[in-house]
Amino acid sequence: MTQGEIVAGCLAPHPPHLVYAENPPQNEPVAEGGWEQLRWGYERLRDSLKDVEYDAIVLLSPHWQTYVGTHFLGLPNFQSLSVDPVFPNLFRYHYDLNIDVDLTKRIHDKAAEAGLAVKMMENPDFRVDYGTITTGHMFNPSWDKPLVVISSNRSRDYYSVEVMQEMMIELGKVTREAIMESGKKVVVLASNSLSHRHFTTESAIPEDMSKEHITSHAMHLWDMRMIEYFKSGQAQRILNEMPEFTEQAIAESDGGGLSWLLSTLDTPTYPATLHGYGTIIGTGNAIVEWPERQHSGAVE
Amino acid sequence: MTEGRLVGSYIVPVHPHTVLVPEQNEGWQRLRDAFDDAAKRIKDADADLLVIYSTTWPSIIGHQIQADPNPEWVMVDHDFHDLGSIPYSFNIDADFAEAWNAANEKRGLKSRTINYTGFPIDVGSVVALKLLNPDNAIPAVIVSSNVYANRAETTVLAKSCLDVIKATGRKAVAVTAMSLSNRMFTAPIEPKDDKIHSLKDDEWNRKILEFLGEGRLEDVGQLSRTIHKQIRVQKVVAFKPMWWLSGMNGNRNNLTGDVLAYEAIHGAGGAVVHLDPTASGAGDKEYDEDDVEFFAGERNVLDAEDHVDSDNSAPLPDEKTSSGPALWEPTTQKGSVNSEAAPKPVGMYPHARKVGDLLYLSGVGPRQPGTNAIPGGPINDEAGNPLDYDIKAQTRAVIDNITRILEEAGGSIADVLDVTSFLVDMDRDFAGYNEVWADTLGKVGPTRTTLAIRALPTPIAVEMKVIARAPTTE
Ligand SMILES: [Fe+2]
Repeated sequence: MTQGEIVAGCLAPHPPHLVYAENPPQNEPVAEGGWEQLRWGYERLRDSLKDVEYDAIVLLSPHWQTYVGTHFLGLPNFQSLSVDPVFPNLFRYHYDLNIDVDLTKRIHDKAAEAGLAVKMMENPDFRVDYGTITTGHMFNPSWDKPLVVISSNRSRDYYSVEVMQEMMIELGKVTREAIMESGKKVVVLASNSLSHRHFTTESAIPEDMSKEHITSHAMHLWDMRMIEYFKSGQAQRILNEMPEFTEQAIAESDGGGLSWLLSTLDTPTYPATLHGYGTIIGTGNAIVEWPERQHSGAVE
Repeated sequence: MTEGRLVGSYIVPVHPHTVLVPEQNEGWQRLRDAFDDAAKRIKDADADLLVIYSTTWPSIIGHQIQADPNPEWVMVDHDFHDLGSIPYSFNIDADFAEAWNAANEKRGLKSRTINYTGFPIDVGSVVALKLLNPDNAIPAVIVSSNVYANRAETTVLAKSCLDVIKATGRKAVAVTAMSLSNRMFTAPIEPKDDKIHSLKDDEWNRKILEFLGEGRLEDVGQLSRTIHKQIRVQKVVAFKPMWWLSGMNGNRNNLTGDVLAYEAIHGAGGAVVHLDPTASGAGDKEYDEDDVEFFAGERNVLDAEDHVDSDNSAPLPDEKTSSGPALWEPTTQKGSVNSEAAPKPVGMYPHARKVGDLLYLSGVGPRQPGTNAIPGGPINDEAGNPLDYDIKAQTRAVIDNITRILEEAGGSIADVLDVTSFLVDMDRDFAGYNEVWADTLGKVGPTRTTLAIRALPTPIAVEMKVIARAPTTE
């Protein structure tokens, strides 16, 4: 069998506001636009990959939070209505998504071999979280690729960012190995914001962009520092600074997505492409692509 | 209609084991039996409303209140999905939810009601309602737990709920869906191997339950931050529910507590506790935190600029009640004299009461009836920072209020016989107070005593306690 390939890895944040602002037929609420900077960022990301062939999307969302190990969606199809418990006014999305159970099982089994606590989620009544759906929709609105969906283990809450990162780096390694062994071409998505301090009020029209800005200068500085590392190919430095970043920027990287992504990409030293940056109710969000397809085989 | 009240409070665990697989572990079964006992007690108390505060429903934009009259769906736990699904169909009191939402806004809280088909009701609420209200006989409301809320905000959330319970004559039961220690095993375990995650967690849980068993709910509330640091994983929801539940119980320490069960659920501390409002025990408190009536915290990030503008405009007095204790209707026992033209009491008492030939007035301050504004300005802002105020204007306003009450009783300021005055800052204010006195009551000629005290219940500098001659005609 041919060797699998990671064609790209992306930071692909999931605030439901983005889906809300797009007005896709699957979502019940109706918006007058909003958050264009980020939506154009997603447009550029989709453009960048439109001629690239791949078989599946592997995604880790911080809104499927598990405390007992790392879980994987384990049935071929999930269909239901996903209502965001925090922003139900913005996100009530009728989803129908397919799972690449074979690739899922490979990652699951490898993770178990590596000593990680893992579990397949095979309850058909399970509702898929809005983070998975938002990132899934914004990245691939036609939903024509099967997904691997990985839960966010809350080891950071239980122990520390360092322990979380150890586990996520391990999970990233086995994810990479499983993809390579599967012979499939895959896109890997970490679904999280950067700085993550929200406003605690919402304007009467949620998409009123005159109200949108970062919550504080400190958050801005952290976001820009991370973006600088993305653009200059310093993945290791991001991992090194993850504890400070996660704590000081209250970053959503606490869910492990970014650490896992960088490990799955084998801690890249090539520059990533920044497709967009913007704030959503004060949180900082970047859409970033690591085009591994252009660097595969490249040995430093 | 009689005034509504809280007829009981319960603390219940959140994980789905007690609903789906109690038989797999003796401890889970004991928790389930305790749930069933609690359900019976709630029924026997003739409760007509269940109010659930759930730690497994986090919110960001203020608090959210479920207002779908009949939410129906199938709940599957994020972690314990292999235990099965829980279909639910609940009976929600949407009117109460709307009234609570409005009461929240009145007390300065951000809040909204939620009414959407398919809204995912959280596991803690589903478990609580399934087991405490199995036949849906009692209408319920569910409120979220705001991830940024502090003690003040959470306490005020309880007070606004009580406002509505009282006003609507309900016999309510308050429920917090929560773990004590919430550290779970991070890998799957056999049901038979379940135990509290660590000895330290177990010891803290037992200490908390000892307090609760003695009815010392406010003590647990005041220890909330310590407990969170000691036995809670650093998730967004702190040990807040005890703030809310204590607020619902008037921040009392002399409830009648009964621990119905305490067991592990996948390592976390799960307890079913009943707190009856009947007074028992000593009820003394180790220390007191602020008793907050209105929330004036940071909830206006989006509108920051507008607020800066209004801060730069004319200084107070403001015309609305934005801080300070709640206002009461004056009581009306025999001989009471109350005046629409005097400011509302800040507790359960009348403006004045007549006994024989004498009229005893409750302490009178300068607050203006209706608007509650303080002539001369309040002595501090909502954050407690001192403000410059005019003692003469405050003193004049006190005497005007006394005049109004006496006129309501059919008399006049000339009837005043004896005055005890309280000043919060004798050094600063005595001269100004004395000057106004000389112009007004000094000419009437009552006896007078002036005391310096640390604080008054509202941000005022002067209050007077008056005994007057009762008017002869009645
Ligand atoms: Fe998120």
